[in-house]
Amino acid sequence: MKTQKANASVSRAQQPPQAQQSLGAEVAALLRENIREYAMYIALVVIFITFTIATQGLFVSPRNLVNLVNQTGYVAVLAIGMTLILIIRHIDLSVGFVAGFTGAVAALLLMNGWNVWLVIPIVLLCGIVIGIYQGFLVTVIGVPAFVTTLAGMFIFRGLLSWVTAGTGTIIVRDRTFLQFSNGYIPDLPWGASLSFHLLTMLIGLVLVAFMVATQVRARRSLQRYNFKTTSPVVFGAQLVFASALILGGTWIMATYRGLPWTAVIVACVLAIYHFLLTKTRFGRHIYAIGGNPEAAELSGIKVRRVTFLVFCSMSLLASLAGILYTSRLASATPTAGLGFELDAIASSYIGGVSVSGGIGRVTNTIVGALVIMSLTNGMNLLGVDISFQYMIKGLIFVIAVAFDIITGSRR
Amino acid sequence: MAGDFILEMRSITKEFPGVKALDNVAFQVRRGEIHCLVGENGAGKSTLMKILSGVYPVGTFEGEIILNGQPQQFRSIGDSTLCGIAIIYQELAVFPELTIYENIFVGNEITEGMVIDWNETIVRAAEVMRRVGLNMDPATKVKHLSVGQRQLVEIAKALSKDVQLLILDEPTAALNDDDSENLLNLLRDLKEQGVTSIMISHKLKEVLAIADTITVLRDGKVIKSMDAREQKITEQDIIRYMVGREIENIYPARKSSPSKEVVFELRNWSVVDRETRREILHKVNLKVHKGEIVGIAGLMGAGRTELAMSLFGNVPGYEITEGEMLVKGRPMRFRHPYDAIENGVAYATEDRKGKGLILIQDVKFNISIAGLKRLVRGLVVNENEEIAVANRFKEAFDIRTPSVQTLVGTLSGGNQQKTAVVKWLYTEPDLLILDEPTRGIDVGAKFEIYTLMNQLVEQGMSIIMISSELLEVLGMSDRIYVMAEGTITGELPAEEATEETVMAMATRTREVPVR
Repeated sequence: MKTQKANASVSRAQQPPQAQQSLGAEVAALLRENIREYAMYIALVVIFITFTIATQGLFVSPRNLVNLVNQTGYVAVLAIGMTLILIIRHIDLSVGFVAGFTGAVAALLLMNGWNVWLVIPIVLLCGIVIGIYQGFLVTVIGVPAFVTTLAGMFIFRGLLSWVTAGTGTIIVRDRTFLQFSNGYIPDLPWGASLSFHLLTMLIGLVLVAFMVATQVRARRSLQRYNFKTTSPVVFGAQLVFASALILGGTWIMATYRGLPWTAVIVACVLAIYHFLLTKTRFGRHIYAIGGNPEAAELSGIKVRRVTFLVFCSMSLLASLAGILYTSRLASATPTAGLGFELDAIASSYIGGVSVSGGIGRVTNTIVGALVIMSLTNGMNLLGVDISFQYMIKGLIFVIAVAFDIITGSRR
Repeated sequence: MAGDFILEMRSITKEFPGVKALDNVAFQVRRGEIHCLVGENGAGKSTLMKILSGVYPVGTFEGEIILNGQPQQFRSIGDSTLCGIAIIYQELAVFPELTIYENIFVGNEITEGMVIDWNETIVRAAEVMRRVGLNMDPATKVKHLSVGQRQLVEIAKALSKDVQLLILDEPTAALNDDDSENLLNLLRDLKEQGVTSIMISHKLKEVLAIADTITVLRDGKVIKSMDAREQKITEQDIIRYMVGREIENIYPARKSSPSKEVVFELRNWSVVDRETRREILHKVNLKVHKGEIVGIAGLMGAGRTELAMSLFGNVPGYEITEGEMLVKGRPMRFRHPYDAIENGVAYATEDRKGKGLILIQDVKFNISIAGLKRLVRGLVVNENEEIAVANRFKEAFDIRTPSVQTLVGTLSGGNQQKTAVVKWLYTEPDLLILDEPTRGIDVGAKFEIYTLMNQLVEQGMSIIMISSELLEVLGMSDRIYVMAEGTITGELPAEEATEETVMAMATRTREVPVR
């Protein structure tokens, strides 16, 4: 069917540059246009408030918040990879057990006395090889990703229980390896006498400065081309809010034991993938394929090659998640990775990835991961039975997608 | 008889956010007539028909619908179907994997208790198939039918439900001239049998040939309703009402003429279907000179799109068995559209929404995507330059959009088409292949596409234009190739070509096989 709705308004006359409108109207319009993005923040706030009250403040204690960051780490890494997969209209169900299996490989090698700096590249390479295998099936043979990765889920689950069969749970004792998900960045020598972690605070300040600078620059560029921008008041409020959030977070970390290594690793992965998606040709190609694969192909984009690379990146990140998870538990267990794929996919969808592909941002996916993991963390604190946890998570997941479809159909 | 209206729509107003799509429209259809609805894209034709068929349910618009003297309130398509209204969309809603008889009775199954009575279904299907002139085995799967035949299936489906009022939304847009003629004859037959039809069409010749009444919509208002039986109406009249201005010459004059330099050549280009080994293209030979517009005419299924796709490197399931392609004298064969683009060949598809544009992205994204390489500095896409480039094209080719940041899906058909062509200009091709460049866009936008084509060849680009509209091929080309059954059946300089000579070549074939 043809959509002729907006023709008249679009084809006629240039829109005048940003008419004056009241602040209330602007905020309402912002809410309406970005309802999906804001819904996720609202959900996060509601979860935080609910659990804080229910746990009598335990939930927002520095100790638990750092715990939450460490817990979120491996899911966030998986979710970043999953976001790319979902944008190009595929799915990867195998990520959980790929993480579980590669994590067990790491534990096994460490147990045999291998050096940790040798183990890590080997494990990541393992991930890439798995990605090549699945990417090959999907792009060269043409097996649907759903089938390929469902099979992968079985295969890697099998491999995991096979490598752990002899030993059962493999305990990891390597101190460096354990740092990844349990350690904190060292402080500067000058910070020793302070009551807080100096380097952490400095990083927080640099982050704020960087964020403000990029936002201001982006806004200037929008103004230069007469594109729609928010009013100075709203823009300012957004900056202040975001800065407060970052500084608040770093302050809590700084007064505890400093920035966890997990946060540093996730931030690096996030930065790389955000850059890839928003700034590079590869990122454009991903969005183009997600928006319309046939048009992308006819525009000279090598759809199969990009798809292949996205699957490789997914399994690479899954192996990184495996390292983080194994480090966190200080062991590899035969059931590691169970249900990770749901957490990763749910994080992406809650973070606003479109169910029909073509839309999504890794920065929002991280918030989605935080939503899912605060839920898990809070329910654990409250001692909610695991069976209810599964039900609640499943429901939240399906509601998030339903919400996307409802708001998406109005677009 | 003159006052006997089967349908009256009174003071219909429909608003979308920010747009008044229909403004106090009064629309009357006499019993037993063929009523044509014309107007530019966005004039409100489809919206009006969607209101009539219940796609926009009662309450979402203002005004009344009176059918056979009775006011009606349609809450869904089901309601309007019960009242004998059937609508057939441009994009057909058939099930390719089902048989003809299953398609005809889908949703309206003939049952005995809980079981479908297949024998009765087949008998009744054969009956309505006879009425629409579809002489085939009812058990044929619809995927084996041509577009024209599929349309007949849809009409048969409507007839099986005792349709009184048949609405056709651009029924001939995807049909070749023969199939179009058949369809028009069928509408005339149905009229004899008492079926009233409303037809939306951009093809004014057809409209004049078939209409009893012509209603022209513009900007959501009825501009004129004319009785074609009482007065002599010309194409110029209709166009004047549609656009509110006279278009003197539909095909703008060009200031340059092609040079002798051959930029592109195909020799004995042959392609088979990889699975069935059926020959799709047979020894195609053609040449394109610098600064030339070469038209490729032919009927639907002649292999024109397949030719373009196979040389552009997008050949899923095809195999090039023989032949040579010379780009600026160098032999080449493209394995992927990427190679074609790198070597200065571009192809704007006939299906701009399905294969040409990324509707959920904005104008600048779509304009830059094929030539993105030019915007990359180091690793990073230069977004400022991208905006500058997009704005330059927007201005130069008058793409009407609030800004280059607007989503392409919200533009009108004509402006989408311009975007779909302009995106190729950024790759700076030597040869631009345009496949049905003016399909489904209004007269004004067509003129602008033609002007754009002239601008390009004046700058030394070469164009291959594939088109099913004979007049367009004749009006725009320097030279014309005619294709039929996968091969070139004739070549004509534009001066010598007439509708008759081209059509003779296009039909110079064996009996059209049923695939």
